[in-house]
Amino acid sequence: MTTAATVTEGTDSPYALSHLDALESEAVHIFREVAGEFERPVILFSGGKDSILMLHLALKAFAPAAVPFSLLHVDTGHNFPEVLDIRDRLVAEHGLRLHVASVQDYIDSGALRERPDGLRNPLQTLPLTEKIQAERFDAVFGGGRRDEEKARAKERVFSLRDEFSQWDPRRQRPELWQLYNGRHAPGEHVRVFPLSNWTELDVWQYIEREQIELPEIYFAHEREVFKRSGMWLTAGEWGGPKDSETVETRQVRYRTVGDMSCTGAVDSDATTLEAVITEIAASRLTERGATRADDKMSEAAMEDRKREGYF
Amino acid sequence: MTRHTEELAEQLSATTLLRFATAGSVDDGKSTLVGRLLHDSKSIFTDQLEAVEQASLGRGQEAPDLALLTDGLRAEREQGITIDVAYRYFATPRRRFILADTPGHVQYTRNMVTGASTAELAVVLVDARNGVVEQTRRHAAVAALLRVPHVVLAVNKMDLVDYAEPVFAAIAEEFTAYAASLGVPEITAIPISALAGDNVVKPSSHMDWYGGPTVLEHLETVPSTHDLSDCKARFPVQYVIRPQTTEHPDYRGYAGQIASGALRVGEAVTVLPSGRTSTIAGIDVLGKSADIAWAPQSVTVRLTDDLDISRGDLIAPSADAPAPTQDVLATVCHVADSALVVGQRVLLKHTTRTVKAIVKEIPSRLTLDDLSQHPEPGQLVANDIGRVVIRTAEPLALDAYADSRRTGSFLLIDPADGTTLAAGMAGDAFAVTAEAVAEAVAVQDDEGWDF
Repeated sequence: MTTAATVTEGTDSPYALSHLDALESEAVHIFREVAGEFERPVILFSGGKDSILMLHLALKAFAPAAVPFSLLHVDTGHNFPEVLDIRDRLVAEHGLRLHVASVQDYIDSGALRERPDGLRNPLQTLPLTEKIQAERFDAVFGGGRRDEEKARAKERVFSLRDEFSQWDPRRQRPELWQLYNGRHAPGEHVRVFPLSNWTELDVWQYIEREQIELPEIYFAHEREVFKRSGMWLTAGEWGGPKDSETVETRQVRYRTVGDMSCTGAVDSDATTLEAVITEIAASRLTERGATRADDKMSEAAMEDRKREGYF
Repeated sequence: MTRHTEELAEQLSATTLLRFATAGSVDDGKSTLVGRLLHDSKSIFTDQLEAVEQASLGRGQEAPDLALLTDGLRAEREQGITIDVAYRYFATPRRRFILADTPGHVQYTRNMVTGASTAELAVVLVDARNGVVEQTRRHAAVAALLRVPHVVLAVNKMDLVDYAEPVFAAIAEEFTAYAASLGVPEITAIPISALAGDNVVKPSSHMDWYGGPTVLEHLETVPSTHDLSDCKARFPVQYVIRPQTTEHPDYRGYAGQIASGALRVGEAVTVLPSGRTSTIAGIDVLGKSADIAWAPQSVTVRLTDDLDISRGDLIAPSADAPAPTQDVLATVCHVADSALVVGQRVLLKHTTRTVKAIVKEIPSRLTLDDLSQHPEPGQLVANDIGRVVIRTAEPLALDAYADSRRTGSFLLIDPADGTTLAAGMAGDAFAVTAEAVAEAVAVQDDEGWDF
């Protein structure tokens, strides 16, 4: 038998956990708290690296039993096929239940209108919040990390949302020790962020350590892209390129995976996990700063969307 | 390897995590210190700096306002104040850091208590021109109450006192005497200029007389864990894992995070509050079987006997089990806007257990400024710290906060709307005797101390 933690040399005691072991242990604790205290939890699952990491941690937390949560995908209708593929494979492999809230359905029914700029991420909030109400989810896991954005730096691990899913930063509960308060009234729910204390680099290092499979678009590959607002967007039926934009084939990869209309690729030759980690460690741009159009809309874009019920 | 890739390789090697909190009032230069730590450790990204430059220009400011890096909310930017605790992340080749950036404004006490509750180290900032002031004493008292293991006194703005050693020495001596009298176990004083960058990340050439570490060096080398032999093992059961599958028909594992100490296979354990006993048959550390596991690992424990154990129970070595109690004497920091009053019915959340409780007495309220006590205040309002006596509906396996920050802490919750009312710490408030505290702060009060 072996002890599982990585013991670190140097000034620390032999019982110091490595930073990845400490983050893993904390995230697992959060998953188990929710399983112990809530009736109908769900993991928000986009097929991106953060949600795949969340699922991996949840599987570890409850092994050898099944994960006691279902998954919820807010489908913008502009998905990368590789991402849908891995989503469906993971659901089948682990015998999970998948809920889908479809932005396209809302547009088709007239409940939502396509924006002139074509961005669909801002349209996710209504389908998400209505699905939470309809399914009576009382805890919704998100992969949000506090290092991503300054409004998120103020986010709690357990974040109470009212019956309209709204976030009010002035009325957040202080979060003390590891004592998470999940109390909520009927109709309210709690957003839970088990990866709050992880950074982008931690996520990648952990993915490498655990050998977690990711969609191929995270690794450098040849792709037809065009430039819009300073970002390389994937050409496709979703609405690009326009007349003035020209398509070219470049070697790129994605740092984040979201809607095709607002997730930009970066030039890269990193084809392996090791190369990706080296690239990220050397990058002088944040993940969102490099590749997310929707966060560039205003100084408070993320905060405003969080207030409305977005993650 | 080039120098650049060498640095990268170092940064990617296994490191430990240190959680720390900063405390300082508005003009002490806390934002500058945080900005300096992030900037000089190369943790600010180009797009973040550009966003700050843009925003500063938009308001007609010529130089980028680094406070905008940390003030994330609309109301904070509009009012130019910091509302809430924010968590920030940075790394050096030796360690990863989680910084609880606590604002020094009106709601200072609850914010600092929140930040300090998870911190292994607190940085208390002092303006070298002003020395130890009331706010400094408050910060030291909160760090002592929350039993933050390491305290750094950063004497800032040394550039404005000609980098004079006697100025630093006098402040360091006064602060150390005060903090030590409250039982702060380890105090490190460092003379700095956050603005000029002296002794924050780089050693200062202006203060040859100082031979100690820079702030960052100290953060990198301070021990992040305690000696396990000092701590009794505590394992609050979070969740019972029972797959009931053909592959695992009889598996019954108790999942949780070890709160303190270490658990070993073969150890005799007692389950509280029932008092039943068994032996540890196996420990799984997230998929790997282990002979020993320790705090803060999340594990699953199997016992040799099939006992009725559920969420909220505590597993402890039979030799060191805590005595369950329904009468809790504790210090609380009130964090809600509505008051806590004698006779109030509350919920008490301790580890994984939430029980009904009633506030029987509020014997005293503490004034942090001079550590004087106010007897029988009748109620505690936001940011008050006071002694309380609480009666719980069910027995709790509670430790003294002095022995375990994890199993000695609890929340009081409003059963009506779920509001977190207070942060509680069981047992004595400070690590030294009441008499010693009273003597050290030279309190004129004849009624003496119960803090």
